[in-house]
Parts: sequence; C-alpha cells; structure tokens
Amino acid sequence: MATHLDISQVSIEFPTPKGPFKALDGVNLKIEKGEFVSLIGHSGCGKSTVLNIVAGLYDATEGGVLLDGREVRGPGPERAVVFQNHSLLPWLTSYENVELAVKQVFRKTKTKKEMHEWIMHNLELVHMTHAADKRPDEISGGMKQRVGIARALAMEPSVLLMDEPFGALDALTRAHLQDSLMEIQKDLNNTVIMITHDVDEAVLLSDRIVMMTNGPAATVGEVLHVDLERPRDRLSLANDPKYVDYRAQVLTFLYEKQRKVEPISPSKSTQNNDKGKVVNG
Amino acid sequence: MTLSSVSKASIKDWISDISIKKALFPVIGILVFLMLWQIGASRVNTSLGTFPGPVVVYEQWNSLVDDHHRERTKESAFYERQEQRIEARQAKDPNYVGKIRSYTGKPTFFDQIFTSLYTVLAGFGLATLIAIPVGILIGLNSSVYSALNPVIQIFKPVSPLAWLPLVTMVVSASYVSDDPMFSKSFLTSMFTVTLCCMWPTLINTAVGVAAVEKDLLNVSKVLRLGWMTHVIKIVIPSAIPLMFTGLRLSLGIAWMVLIAAEMLAQNPGLGKFVWDEFQNGSSNSLGRIMVAVLTIGFIGFLLDRAMLTIQRYVSWDKTQVLR
Repeated sequence: MATHLDISQVSIEFPTPKGPFKALDGVNLKIEKGEFVSLIGHSGCGKSTVLNIVAGLYDATEGGVLLDGREVRGPGPERAVVFQNHSLLPWLTSYENVELAVKQVFRKTKTKKEMHEWIMHNLELVHMTHAADKRPDEISGGMKQRVGIARALAMEPSVLLMDEPFGALDALTRAHLQDSLMEIQKDLNNTVIMITHDVDEAVLLSDRIVMMTNGPAATVGEVLHVDLERPRDRLSLANDPKYVDYRAQVLTFLYEKQRKVEPISPSKSTQNNDKGKVVNG
Repeated sequence: MTLSSVSKASIKDWISDISIKKALFPVIGILVFLMLWQIGASRVNTSLGTFPGPVVVYEQWNSLVDDHHRERTKESAFYERQEQRIEARQAKDPNYVGKIRSYTGKPTFFDQIFTSLYTVLAGFGLATLIAIPVGILIGLNSSVYSALNPVIQIFKPVSPLAWLPLVTMVVSASYVSDDPMFSKSFLTSMFTVTLCCMWPTLINTAVGVAAVEKDLLNVSKVLRLGWMTHVIKIVIPSAIPLMFTGLRLSLGIAWMVLIAAEMLAQNPGLGKFVWDEFQNGSSNSLGRIMVAVLTIGFIGFLLDRAMLTIQRYVSWDKTQVLR
C-alpha cells in the first residue's frame, strides 16, 4: 500500500543576521491513512517547523512532502491546521467561523442547506451547538479550541494537523478535550499529526510517537509504536504496565538521551539569590 | 454634634454618590471657567471695546437667533407676495404663467453652520474614500508602502493655507460651467479639507492592516481565501479599531481646516462668518465671533461623539473601552 503522507529528507534553513540557521536536518516520516502520530520533543526542537512544512506554511530547503503521491506546495484546506491559540476570527461567531471554512471548501459541491447541516454537524461533533451564535470572547478557552477543531474537521482534511492544540488549556479542560478528540477519532478515523510536549497526552492519543532530537539541525530520534487497545480510558490505563512502560520510554528519551544541555535550574536559583540585582539573560 | 458637622457629613455622602460625582465636577469646571472668563475679559480692551465676557456672548447669541427668525419671516413674506401677485395676474389673464424668483437675502448664522457642516462632511467623505483603499493597499504590500511613504510624509504636515491658493486656481481653471451644480468656494474649501485631513486615516489604516495577527493570516492561507475575501473577512475587521482612530483624527483636522479654508475661499460657512464680522468691526463683532468660536468647538465635539457612536456600532470588540 502506498504511503498516505510521506515526509522525506526534509531540511530547512532560516536566514539570520549571523548566516543561515539549520533548524531541521533530514527528517523522514511515513504516515498511513487513519494513523494518529504525535511529535514530541523539547521546545525549540523544530516540531512546529515540521508541522508548518506539512501544512505548506514553510517551504523545505531540501527534501519535500508527498500527500497521496503528490508534492505539497503551499497551504491548503486538505491539510487543515488546529492552531495552538485557537485562531478564531474574533469578529465572527462560532458558527460563522466554521462557515467561513465550509463556504471556502464546499462552495461548489454543497447547496446552502447542505452547508448549514454540515456546519451544525461539525459543531455537534465538538459539542458546541449551544454556543453557535457566540463570539470567541464570549466563550471559554476550551470552547474556543473546540470550535477551532470543528473548523478544521469541517474542511474534511486528508491530514489533520494539530499544533499543541491543548497546550494553552488547564489540566481538567485538556483531559476533557482529549477524550472528545478520541471519540471523534473513533468515528472519523482521520489521519492526524499532533504536536505535544505532554508525555501522557502523546501515549494516550497516539498510534505512534515520533520523538525529535534537540535542535539545531533536529531530526527524528526514535519512533515508538503505541500498541494499546482502543477505546482507551485514562483511568484504567494509569496502572496498565504497558502504558507505564511506554510512558517511561518517552520520558527516558526526553530526559536522559536528549536532555536539554542548557542549565535551566542553576540559573533560576541564582536569580532567586540575587533578587533586586539586574540579571542578564 | 454641631449643625455644621452634620451638614459637612451629609455633603460628603452626597458627593460620594457616583452619578452625582459624574455630573458635579464638569459643572464645577464650567462654572469656574465662566467666572475666570468674565473677570479676565473685562480687563482686555480693544479698539472694538472690551473683550466679550459670557454675558455679552449670550446676548449676541440671542441676537443671532432673532436675526435668523427675522430673516425667515422676511423670506416667507417674499414668497407670499409673489404668489399673491401671480394669482392677481391670473385672475385677469388665465393664460399667464408666473415665475417664482428665489429669495436672495443674506444667509443667517444657522445657514452658515449648515453650509460648514455639509462642506466638512463632503471633504471628509472624499478623504475617507481615498484614504481607506490606499491605506489597505499600502498596509498589505510593503513595497507599495515604501514607494508611497516619502510622498505621504512630505504632504502630511502641509498647512491648509498653503494648499488653498493652488486649489483655488485649479478649481477655477477646471470647473467651468454655465449652470454650476456647486459653487467654486464650496469646491475649494472641500478639496482643501480633503487634502489636509486624509493622512491620519491613511496612515492608521495602513498600520492596522499591516498588524493583522500572524495566526489569522495563516488561517487565511490554509483556507486559500481569495484576495477579496481575505481583505473583507480578515484584514478589514482586524484593522477597524485603528481605522477609526484615524477617522476620528481626520474628522477633527477636517473641521479645524475648514474654518481657515472658508475664511479665505469665502465659502458661506462659519469661517466666512468670522471673517465678515472681523471686517465689519462693529461693537458687536467680537461678541459674535466668540459665539462662532464656541459653536465651532461644540460642533467639533458633536462630530467626534458621532464618530465614536459609529465606532461603537461597527466595532466587533464590545469589551474594548472607547473614549
């Protein structure tokens, strides 16, 4: 079977005043249809850059991305993105935000009535029909992220790209949305690439976890297949030895093999000791 | 407990009531100002008598209102007389077709306010029609911005008085018509207002457009929105707050510039009123000019409030504090 999404030999350089900065070096990743893949790594390791290249928002300096055998050129709705900060248009209601996407994608194929039903269907998926006529500043952070997901799902993407979708939410809301996402995933069986730096989230949601090495010139370090039965339940998994083992593997990668070299804690303690003095950094 | 302490406490309570506080201090401010004005004015002597205090200004206001009523009565009497004359002729000769001549009395103060208002709105409207599209264009494209920026920066600080002779000459040369729809003085004043007031709207629109959040731009890219949809759905709404900041500054400038323009272009508005009174030099003139000054200020204030109301209506962010 042909690969659904093929990221091959992707490298990217950003121009800086001190010469080009190589953020990614030779990233390879093949993803099957319906697979849920997480990208995990320390901040600054280029996870978002990988996602942005797949989305078409950045152009790879070397290598490229194939979706169903066709090269990705520029952004498009078949690779919908759920942004970290919801990125809803603040002057439109939830309904209108989803509508903007639906009108753009299905303008030629759906009638007005079908579009309305499709918008409501997607809001229903994320349980947001009750706030369809509310603007983003009238609903909570978790609700905004739900609408953002509904907007992305409404584009019927071949690949759903999620850039730390729950990163800005509190722990309870996050758990709630993770459950919702698994539920939706069960029905729609989307191909998903999700960026996260939450180990539990990665193990709970993914079929595969791609662990990235630290930048600069970051690349894929290890890939972990998560072979846990679905539907997954966070409570019963908490004591499941397999789950605990997967979790330990990711943690080992992040905190032993790819430990951040910058001394984070010592500098913090000096800051505390030198209160009132000017601290450079 | 003495009587004075009771009244002191109750006055304190009374003042701390918020709604009263809101009304009380402005009233105090105005009263103090009127007092200082009255005291100060009586000490300034000019060749046209002492500088007008609030009382004199109030009298002049009344006389302007009376003038207005008198003029209106005269006008209706004028038309009545004509009609009677025509009817009388028609009674003798049924084929007679009368012609009503229009009244050509001098405009009253209130006619002049009205003239000023529509001149400023025409000039401001034209400026907006130019400034917003150009602002959007240069905000979207940094090359166009760099190309136009020097021109904008050079024309922005030019005084209306410098533009006026040029505008006057161009208007009288190019607007030649036997039956003109607009008077030349109106066009000259309007174009001068336009030239001077479009810059804040233009620059603020450009800044607002250039400052659209990157995430929203990415949303637009992922959705592959067309250029027009992108501008209408994403760019304009996010630029609206700054656009209105610009529009309010522009309207304020337009109103200031208009008075100067009308003085020199002899457009029959408030500017001409001030100029005529100055030339007139009667003992009432200073008082009348002061009435005009206060009227100009008050109308300027109302125009800004009107813009604010429109902004409140248009703005999507109802939590934003607008003042």
